[in-house]
Amino acid sequence: MKSWWFTEDCYPYLPDENSYPSIRVELPNVHCDPQKASELYNRYLDLWCAADELGIGIMVNEHHQTATCMVPAAPIMLGILARQTERARLLILGNPLPNRNQPVRVAEEMAMIDVISKGRLECGFVRSVPYESAAANILPYKGTERLWEAHDLILKAWTTHDGPFNFEGRWYRHRQVNIWPRPWQQPHPPVWITMGSAGTAVPVAEHGYVGAVFLAGYPRIRSIFGGYRNAYLAAHGKPAPFDRLAYLALCYVGENEREAENGANHLMWYMQANKVAEQWRNPPGYYQPPVAAAVMRGVGPGIPVNPTLDQQMARGNVFAGTPDQVYAQIKAFWEYSGGFGHMIIMGQAGFLSDADALKSMQLYTDEVYPRLRELTKKSDPAEVAERSRAMADKESADLGNFGTKFVR
Amino acid sequence: MKLQGIDLDVARMGSGSPLLMLHGVGGPVAGMPFATRLAEKFEIIAPVHPGFAGTRIPDHFDCIDDLVYLYLDLLDLLDLRETLLVGFSMGGWVAAEMASMTTERLSRLALVNSVGVKVGGRDDRDIADLFAVSGKRLAEIMFHDPSMMPGFADMSEEQLETVAANRMALGVYTWDPYMHNPKLPGRLHRVTIPVHFMWGASDGLVSVDYGRGFCAMIPGATMTVIEEAGHAPHMEQPDRFVDALLAFAS
Repeated sequence: MKSWWFTEDCYPYLPDENSYPSIRVELPNVHCDPQKASELYNRYLDLWCAADELGIGIMVNEHHQTATCMVPAAPIMLGILARQTERARLLILGNPLPNRNQPVRVAEEMAMIDVISKGRLECGFVRSVPYESAAANILPYKGTERLWEAHDLILKAWTTHDGPFNFEGRWYRHRQVNIWPRPWQQPHPPVWITMGSAGTAVPVAEHGYVGAVFLAGYPRIRSIFGGYRNAYLAAHGKPAPFDRLAYLALCYVGENEREAENGANHLMWYMQANKVAEQWRNPPGYYQPPVAAAVMRGVGPGIPVNPTLDQQMARGNVFAGTPDQVYAQIKAFWEYSGGFGHMIIMGQAGFLSDADALKSMQLYTDEVYPRLRELTKKSDPAEVAERSRAMADKESADLGNFGTKFVR
Repeated sequence: MKLQGIDLDVARMGSGSPLLMLHGVGGPVAGMPFATRLAEKFEIIAPVHPGFAGTRIPDHFDCIDDLVYLYLDLLDLLDLRETLLVGFSMGGWVAAEMASMTTERLSRLALVNSVGVKVGGRDDRDIADLFAVSGKRLAEIMFHDPSMMPGFADMSEEQLETVAANRMALGVYTWDPYMHNPKLPGRLHRVTIPVHFMWGASDGLVSVDYGRGFCAMIPGATMTVIEEAGHAPHMEQPDRFVDALLAFAS
């Protein structure tokens, strides 16, 4: 099991939530003090540098026009970290391909980071979330098709070394493609793609890429990972290794339960501050009509309204407790999911102090991470998947097993 | 009806000279009382834009031109002549594009609270952004009397799914450039048949001033403003609407 440390780089110093309709897309940037933003950027970069020193991977992402994430250009953050870190693999998860009109520019940026970091880039591609549509001025209709066409162009740009080639697809056209530099890693950096359903997992598995799932929890994880494993087996004739699947959750490790509860409650800012007006949650063509209709009724997918720590822990979206408890929670989820080889932890959000974020990062690295590595090392992917398939469906964790006092 | 390999839904009613009716952002209107009155004088041909009202968006469709060529072919296929072309809202945009290409099969063009051009400067929001407003605000934008539009909570599952599908199709045809073609004003001089604009006075999507600006782009075009109506005067003031249209057509 490899672990990755992630923060969204939020700007938490906001007015009363009742004073604005949406934290995303339309929150006026009069509320953004550039001086505070600068301090935050530098604090977050320090935390990523600490992850490098502790031996955990680094993950960055981007969102636009939102206080939940101040990184509208993840390649810039990763470019800084490529220079400032020494060892960590650098995961960008990811480049929102359908919202970027020049895939060749993405290929260039990623090659540059790969070269500066001497081959430490792990390159993720994502379709992007619905709120990004207005900010990018891009219709999300056929976003998945656009993602894969942009992907094809980027892969060809990375792996063509004999001068310009021509690309005239349905969505992207570029007649003289010849990127400088070319990537350090040959034939190209590892590719990750996010998956939201068994169907979207299929092409990811067929390409043999790392399929990443964010916060799907107990209710959806098996169908998505199962879709990946089936497609991987069909395409490659062997079971998917653990390292082809990744799961992201919020995670706080404390020395004791009180400390863990406090830290995890701070992390919950990420979900609780996500007040988004209905129109930004549901741009035309992002969801198929039945799902879009559900969003209009207020019961669609995405982060639930008024999420609580207890509920999100039970769903497998938050792991929190002492090192023993966090290991037990992740292990139970891992077994239920059929196994995965990358644990991405969101370890900072809201007003969580740097000291507390660091403390959790250290405890995770020292006391949880080694056991997770051991878990995947001694397990056989096909057997774990088989055992998972035999388990009855569940919507939430068996909380009693964790002995976590604050999960009531 | 099969056209361009597409199963095109076309409502047909009434008898008389042909009237090709192109619906707007809200979906088909041929079943409404105003259309029944028009059917006493005209043979109405009313296609459903693919993607609206439960129909499929063809895989290769992604802009307004796809509708423009579809309906030029429809005129040919049905061999319609001396046709009164009536376009509502987004359908008005399609109609204006068609007429700028050829008026060979047309006698007159009526544009009802039509989008399709930009009349202001680059910083002016000429056309309200329907994708940037809540359902409640949408009703206020579209109707003089917002209670004309039921709230999402009052709709059946099936109705809401149709609304969601219509909205997706609307996005496909109008997203960018939003609800207009920057080239269209430079082509409107080619429209040499009589053109009449009809406009609900309290439209929040495209104002009466927008309508006047659009009207001024077509030589000789005239305009009727219909009071106590929003973006859909044919729904809110069906009698005044039909009277005005019949006056223009005769």
